Formats: sequence, structure tokens, C-alpha cells
Amino acid sequence: MNKIFLIIQREYLSRVRKKSFIIMTILGPVLMAAMVILPAFLADWSEATQKNVAVLDETGWYYEKFKDQDNISFYHVHNDLETDKEKALYEKGDLLLYIPKTELNIPVYAELFSTKQAGLNLTSYIKSVMKTEAENKKLLASGIDPKVIKSSKVNINLSTIRVEEGGVEKKSNTEVEVGLAIFAGLMIYFFIFMFGAQVLKGVMEEKQNRIVEVILASVKPFQLMMGKIVGIALVGLTQFLLWIVLTGVFLGIFQSGIFGGNTDALSMFSSQSQIANTATPVNGADPFAMVTEIITSINFKTMIFSFLFYFLGGYLLFASLFAAIGGAVDHDADTQQFMFPVSIPLIFSVALSGLIINQPDSNLSVFLSMFPLTSPVIMMIRIPFGVPIWQLATSMSLLIVGFVISTWMAGKIYRTGILMYGQKVNYAIMWKWLRH
Amino acid sequence: MYALEALNVSKTYINHKALDDVSIQVADQSIFGLLGPNGAGKTTLIRIINQISVMDEGKILLNGKKIKPSDTSLIGYLPEERGLYKKMKVGEQAVYLAQLKGLKRNDATRELKKWFEKFEIGGWWNKKVEELSKGMQQKVQFIATVMHHPKLLIFDEPFSGFDPINVNLLKQEILNLRDEGATVIFSTHNMASVEELCDNIALINKSKVILSGEISEVKEKYKPNIYKIDYKPLGEISLDNTKFEIVSTETFKGINSSKIRLLNGSDSTDLIDKMNSQCEIKSFNEILPSINDIFISEVEGTDISARY
Repeated sequence: MNKIFLIIQREYLSRVRKKSFIIMTILGPVLMAAMVILPAFLADWSEATQKNVAVLDETGWYYEKFKDQDNISFYHVHNDLETDKEKALYEKGDLLLYIPKTELNIPVYAELFSTKQAGLNLTSYIKSVMKTEAENKKLLASGIDPKVIKSSKVNINLSTIRVEEGGVEKKSNTEVEVGLAIFAGLMIYFFIFMFGAQVLKGVMEEKQNRIVEVILASVKPFQLMMGKIVGIALVGLTQFLLWIVLTGVFLGIFQSGIFGGNTDALSMFSSQSQIANTATPVNGADPFAMVTEIITSINFKTMIFSFLFYFLGGYLLFASLFAAIGGAVDHDADTQQFMFPVSIPLIFSVALSGLIINQPDSNLSVFLSMFPLTSPVIMMIRIPFGVPIWQLATSMSLLIVGFVISTWMAGKIYRTGILMYGQKVNYAIMWKWLRH
Repeated sequence: MYALEALNVSKTYINHKALDDVSIQVADQSIFGLLGPNGAGKTTLIRIINQISVMDEGKILLNGKKIKPSDTSLIGYLPEERGLYKKMKVGEQAVYLAQLKGLKRNDATRELKKWFEKFEIGGWWNKKVEELSKGMQQKVQFIATVMHHPKLLIFDEPFSGFDPINVNLLKQEILNLRDEGATVIFSTHNMASVEELCDNIALINKSKVILSGEISEVKEKYKPNIYKIDYKPLGEISLDNTKFEIVSTETFKGINSSKIRLLNGSDSTDLIDKMNSQCEIKSFNEILPSINDIFISEVEGTDISARY
């Protein structure tokens, strides 16, 4: 037992100390935080500087409709395009919005001149103002009062409420669940492959550089194999936990306002959407409040616990198969033919995710979330939609049975293969090793 | 008292018999040469002694007792095909390997420092293995094999990859280890080093032990009964060809050198008497077969005397 601990320790430390691990550990959360923060931050950054827009409106339709916004103010100019462009752009450093005269009934063409990037907020604001105005004019022309249209506009907020056993009502929203489902499924897939591949690589390295014979003179093959698998699992868990913590830290830093002012990610999103919607304001609930409510309604403890369980279970199952492959073959090139069939259930699971999301409770979904080779990914996809506890328990038990069997099989193949050099291995030979 | 006994060991792989009723006995504090052509079963036997492979039949006794899993810490093994973790630092790696053999971390570190001083390689401690030359890696591996003070050392082709200076260093270390109480089994194709180091040998061919014993006994058994006589001829040499056979004669600077085989129970005194009356004897030696010759004739199944 002491020896397997030494092996675990070596496998763990030699990987955790690697530069690539440290880089991945820091980069992962930065990327994740960036996915949340960056769009908002960039939008804010480009909007943060005060922008003055000179409006040269030859049609006379629109200029009064532009109202000053947070960082944008509008003023009116009346000369010709060349003069005003010269003045606004080069003398004042402003932007120029030019709406040329047109023969059409309703002018729908405009040009925005600027020396720098105009920014999405500004362009979408201008567009929405002109759009609303032009639509209103069109409506008036056909004798319809735009106010009637406006008052007849409704926004439907459909809340789906699932009634759990015992009558507990839970507000749920399919979009958020779909997002979470895909995210969780892909993460499991990614983690199993990433760390499973490390097991394969580690086993092959030991076989190829022949240290395996020295080690096996001290420990049993099964100890070496399990030590490696467990050591790498701990690396995976460490990485996962660091990612969660660091992502939280990065988001926290961002929210505490290091980037200045009251710009936290969520309020920025909402202010952005408000700008875009000024012309046609959303009636009813603030969508962000809704998302937050739904996110809190999903049981994150269950999610994280199941993620850890299915990561570990799935990893142990596949890693032992990868270890068997690594032990059996001599050269990297030979791994392909064996990796492929082993990977199929995982790839298949991800490929089916759309189907599962559409019908998380169908017979196929339930079956695949029980079957140990597919359950890690499929069950993680199903969990955000709610899974009866008995299904979860069955699936988890089957996964445990699955990895006990696969580890046992892998141990037999590994034990024989690891000391076998120069033999072209095929399934028939592996089968013999298995029965030997 | 035997440090190690392998008794009637048999092992069959899926499609061939690797060991067939093999027995060897290795005396305590001796150096034992395990010889045999490639594929004879030496490595299989060594792996069974190291409990890397499992035998089908037979038993292995270590110091007279049946070997058990924890005995791996009493054995040091340097395999023929050897390697180290390339990315791991030399010191750390050797300590790790010693820990797997049951040494405490601190003891391993202290022991390793001693060896590094002895081999004058202190500067390697924090180098990665891949930064070392092949010969340097072999040295590290040798240290890792012996640093936990095993009672039984098994070296498979220990000298391959070393320059002559390091071969001598290693030979000296192997003799030192034996003098300090270790028993050494060593498997090699280098017959010169076998004659130089080994007390006993066993020759394995085609999964069977075909010859074993003390080196001098083996040589005695295989001697071709040929004597080499250097002499100054006084005339034509005539010998009774029912008793003696002149195998060859060479002449160099007026000195003849003949190889003469004794036939039909004649002995060396007869030969000396006969020769002394016909020439002036300069030297008289019995030709003993080299282990190399014995090896080749046994493996090829040819008569050793045909080699002279």
C-alpha cells in the first residue's frame, strides 16, 4: 500500500510541477472569465470615451429623434457634407452622421463617418432610432397610429415550472438548462479524454524507455497501473478545483471594479441590452433577473457532486482501458486502431447530445445514461433537466460496476503486455492475455 | 548455504516453453554467471526470480525460504534493456527507485549522496536524465540498483554501453559488493568477464540448463586433453601415434610450438618423457578450454576438441 502511495505521489507531483499544468491551470479560468467578461468589457471600453456625433440630416426627418445617451451626445449641423466632415472629424475629433436627401418617400440610408471605430452601441442605437422613426412614418402614411401598434406590442415571458414530487414547484428555463447541459457534457468528455490520454502516454513512456522492468521488480503491475491512474485523477481534480476557485477569483476581481466605476459584468449586459432596446423597450420582467433566478434554482451542489462523480467514474473506466492499450502496444502509431473503438462511446455520446437535450426523459436517453460507457456524458447532459433519484443511483452504481470490470480486464492485459516487446498486438492476442 | 535456489522451474508462454525444469543453485556471497544464447530463457528466469513473471511450476528459495512478495526489497535488479524517466531529475529519480525498494526517503538520500561522491558525479543531482549521455545514465542506473543494499544482485549484461574504464570501475564495485556480503547473479555474453568474475556458472540453452558448476570444474570436464609444447627440435620428432596425436605444429624463430593430444589413457608424464628425449623443451602447458569455447560447442552441439 505504501508503494502504491509512492507511485501516486510521483505521478501527481511530476505532472503538477510541469509548466504546461501551471499554464493550463491559470489559462483555463482566464479564458472562462474572459468569455463572460470580455464582450462586456470591450463594449464598455469602446463606449467609455465620450463620443460626440454631429448630425447632418438633409432629410430633416431624424435629427430631433437622436437623444443624448450615456457616453454619446448628438448635435446638429447644417452646412454641406465636406465642410461639416472637415469640422467634426478633424477639428473637433467627433463623428459625423450624414443622412442624405433621397428621392424615396421615406429615407432609409445614412452614413456614419469617424476616425476611430464607431462602436456597436452607437451604430445599433442610430439604427434602432431610424428604424422606429421610418416604421412610424410608414404606419402613419397608411393611416395607422404608431401608438396603437406600440400599445398592442407584447413580450411573452414563458416560465416553465416543473412540479417535483411532493409538489415543490421549480421555475425552469430551457435555454439555461440546455447551456448547462452542453457545458457539463462537453466538460466530462474533455476531461476524460485529456486525462485518459495522459494515462496512455504515461504507460507508453514507461514501456518504451524500459523503466517498467525496474519498477516491476519492486511493485506489482496492478499497483503501477492503479498508481498512475489515481495519480493522474488527482491531477485532474486539482485542476478542476483550481479552475473553479480561480474563475471565481477572477470574476470577483472584475466585479469589485478594478476596471473602474460600477461596471460589473451583469449590469453591463443589461445596460447594453437597454440601449439596444430604447426604441422598443421590453415590457415585463428584466431578463437578467430571470436568468439569475433560474441559475439559483438549479441545484449546483448536485451538479458539482455529479460532475465530480461522473468525471472520476468515467475517467477510471476509460483510463484503465487506455492503460491496457498503452501496455499492449509498442509504438505510438499502433495505438490508433485500439483508441478508436474505445473512444466511440464517448464521441457517440457527444454526438447524441442534441437528441438527449430534446428529449431528456426518452427511453434512449435513460438507457444511455445508465450504460457505463456512455453514462458519464449523457447523465451530465440530463441532470440540468432533472433526473429521478433512482435513475441517478442506478446509473452511478452501474458506473462503479463498469469500472471495476474494466480495471480488472485492463489489469490482465496490462500485466502481460507491458513486458512484451516486438509483438504485433491484435484483439485475438489481447483476448488470450485476458484469459491467461 | 545457498543464497538463491531455483528448483525445477518451468514456464510456458502462450506459444512456447520458455523454461523447462530449470534448476540453479547460487552459493552465498558468490558471483554466479548465467549464460546462454539469446532467447534461451535467461531473462524469463531472472524475471521469475524478481517476481515480475509468475512461474508455472517449481519453486524459488531465497536464503533457504520460499520467496515472498516483500522479498523484492532484498533484491537489486539491473535489467538488460534499461531506462529511466527522461524528464525526472537524477537525484529525485534514484531516491524514488530506492523508496520503491523500501528505503526511507532520508536514508535513500544519504545513501545516494555517498554513491555520487564515490563515482564523482555530485553535479548530476539536479540534472534531468535526458541531459545525460547513455553511459552516464547507465551509471545512475547501476547506483539505483545497488543503493538499497540488496542481499542478492542480479545484473543482466551490466557492462554493455560502458567504456573500458567504467567497465573496470563497475567490475571493482561488483567485487566489492560481493566482499561486503552480497550474492551476485550475472547474465552476460561477455565470456571474458565471466572467467574473470564468476565462481560458478550455468549455461541455459533452449529453455534447459545444459551445464552448470564451478568454473574450474567445468573447464576440467571440457578440457580436450591437449598440451602445448614449445621446444627446440634436435631432429625429427617421432611419437607413437596410438598414444599421441600431433594436432598442429608451428615454427617461429627456430622454436617449434606443437599441440599434442593424449590418446588412449596416456598421460602428461609420458608425453614429457617422450619429448624430452627428442628435443629441448622450453615450455609445457595444458590447454584449458575457454568458457567461450565451451559455450559455443555446447550451444552448437559440436565437439570441443575439434576446435584445436
